[in-house]
Amino acid sequence: MRKMLTIISNVLRGSASRNGARLVVSARTYADFTPQASFDIKNCDVHKLEEGPPLQAVLTREEGLQYYRTMQTIRRMELKADQLYKQKIIRGFCHLYDGQEACAVGIEAGIKRSDHLITAYRAHGYTYTRGGTVREIMAELTGRRGGIAKGKGGSMHMYTKHFYGGNGIVGAQVPLGAGVALACKYLGKNELCVCLYGDGAANQGQIFETYNMASLWKLPCIFICENNQYGMGTSVERAAASTDYYKRGDFIPGLRVDGMDVLCVREATKFAAEHCKSGKGPILMELLTYRYHGHSMSDPGVSYRTREEIQEVRSKSDPITLLKDRMLSNNMVSVEELKEIDVEVRKEIEDAAQFATTDPEPPLEELCNHIFYNEPPMKVRGISPWIKLKSVS
Amino acid sequence: MAYLRSILRSGKNGVPAVLRREFHRTLPAAMQVTVRDAIKEAMDEELERDERVFLLGEEVALFEGAYKVTRGLWKKYGDKRIIDTPIAEIGFTGIAVGAAMAGLRPVVEYMSFNFSMQSVDHIINSAAKTYYMSGGLQPVSIVFRGPNGAAPGVAAQHAQCFAAWYGHVPGLKVVSPWSAEDAKGLLKSAIRDDNPVVFLENEIMYSVPFEMSEESQSKDFLIPIGKAKIERKGNHVTLVSHSHVVSRCMDAAAVLAKDGIECEVINLRTIRPMDMEAIETSVMKTKHLITVEGGWPQFGVGGEILARIMEGPGFGYLNAPAVRVTGVDIPMPYAKLLEENTLPQIKDIVFSVKKMLNV
Repeated sequence: MRKMLTIISNVLRGSASRNGARLVVSARTYADFTPQASFDIKNCDVHKLEEGPPLQAVLTREEGLQYYRTMQTIRRMELKADQLYKQKIIRGFCHLYDGQEACAVGIEAGIKRSDHLITAYRAHGYTYTRGGTVREIMAELTGRRGGIAKGKGGSMHMYTKHFYGGNGIVGAQVPLGAGVALACKYLGKNELCVCLYGDGAANQGQIFETYNMASLWKLPCIFICENNQYGMGTSVERAAASTDYYKRGDFIPGLRVDGMDVLCVREATKFAAEHCKSGKGPILMELLTYRYHGHSMSDPGVSYRTREEIQEVRSKSDPITLLKDRMLSNNMVSVEELKEIDVEVRKEIEDAAQFATTDPEPPLEELCNHIFYNEPPMKVRGISPWIKLKSVS
Repeated sequence: MAYLRSILRSGKNGVPAVLRREFHRTLPAAMQVTVRDAIKEAMDEELERDERVFLLGEEVALFEGAYKVTRGLWKKYGDKRIIDTPIAEIGFTGIAVGAAMAGLRPVVEYMSFNFSMQSVDHIINSAAKTYYMSGGLQPVSIVFRGPNGAAPGVAAQHAQCFAAWYGHVPGLKVVSPWSAEDAKGLLKSAIRDDNPVVFLENEIMYSVPFEMSEESQSKDFLIPIGKAKIERKGNHVTLVSHSHVVSRCMDAAAVLAKDGIECEVINLRTIRPMDMEAIETSVMKTKHLITVEGGWPQFGVGGEILARIMEGPGFGYLNAPAVRVTGVDIPMPYAKLLEENTLPQIKDIVFSVKKMLNV
């Protein structure tokens, strides 16, 4: 029992300190909880593969708590961003990820921190799973100096170690990701790159150019299409001649995965990572998922789909609820414990939002900084010829 | 004088002059090197110096380069470092930028900068802007090189000059060498630079030999990006140019010298950041300025120089309004007579100088 307590408190403290929050472990008896359970997961459709990922996934209590906490953090963070946007504290573009949490969390669970990942503009969730803190993500959204990109990038341009953004041009991130994979192969580091794109981007020409080169040169690349059924306001049927996105890689093997089930995503990612790292070249995964919000904050999201549809997904397939129900029905956690996590997450988000709204904006003197790397200070022309600004690397 | 003669001899068609090598017994002498070989030498030395440098582009490996610039490199360095790409500009440019983000130092070759238009999104949005957008987290060390601007007989889609387009973008460095020494020193600097550099070569210049000083033969010979060079000193008028047109300016200067008009010819070497100080210093001396370029007039390199002269200390010294000599504002025609009259010729430069000086 004491051993169980230690394990649990270490896990919770570990994940808490990663997120910067303090945690007091309450003295409860956790002896009754199941340490791990095996769950049936949906079969994946495969393309040019002999077999797919396993049909069963083992989930430990620690993993379950961690996935729950992470998904809940992303969910709450995105909802808070929604609030701040409506208060006009966040401006410009804001593409929210709520509904798709199982993708980001499942993928991260299937790769190593030393692997690489790149995605498009719906990037807040990935910035978090790749090591960004909620504070610096929210402060970047509000454009403050404490933001992860010092307030210079905004919603679509967040970066951390081995995470290459956050990219605003639809489809551009795919060849970039293949380039990262090329570097992995070149440097012989046995790392891979996960390249994410949406169902809208899947019709971009540069993605097919990338499929060709990645396959030709056997780059260690997992192409992942997050199919949330709509490219902005256009449903997949109206945009694509073939909506079997997992087959669009043609000569690249593919699998179609239930993107609302974090375990399914994790197992598929592990399967794909194994494929890449064994030198077989790229592989493609299509994650069937759903976004509750519209394309961005300027899109209510109901002109091209019904409220009933959104409600149905929420009630039947919500990724957080799915995990919660699984854990509760297998006695892996108690309702109180999950509520406690919810409270902690809410507090973390509140603190971060507080920081994000009170931190000052970047100073005007730093307007022209970061044009070039490793460069002596240089002059930059200002708005009129008499204004000479200074740029420091 | 020797290289001037050989340029005049080589002419617009790029007929290669005979390479002459001179050997002295005691010291490594200055030798004649074509621009093409200088570019190759630069890449060879940088490939050797830094494991992370690699080349990619169409036909760069087995074919030895569409213009034979990369001859011998694949044989020396192999598949890993000299990569033939399919005809997929936006794809391979994106891949190269991604590799740069992950720590490699790619050199991307465009068979012609006209094809880079397909890749412009990656050059600008993925490369140039990233260090700024990331608040200094993500540098991109990459070089985009290839022939730019006019080439004989290639017609409209293959003859555009992109100096002004790329020169417009903050976050990019844009280099436009003229001589072999320029090409070698600047390309080495570009490869060693930790930022995205657009390196605009020119097909007409590839076969032109230049005398390479002893200093320029060293493996660490670098020319700083952002500094122009005064190719010819003079007192009466400043001619500012870049790339192959510098040859025309030098020829025109020789013709004008016979009439006692001494031109100061400035070879810009770098388009962005532009060396305005060199231009202004020259203008303060000569009091007359003509910019000469092969690109189109509207929103061109010359337009930028003239605007900056207006806004800067040089304006007060001008005895006549500064003027631009540019390519004609039309797509490049094919017929030889038409093509010849679309780019500034020696007679056009001579005419402009005499008009400005009222002689």
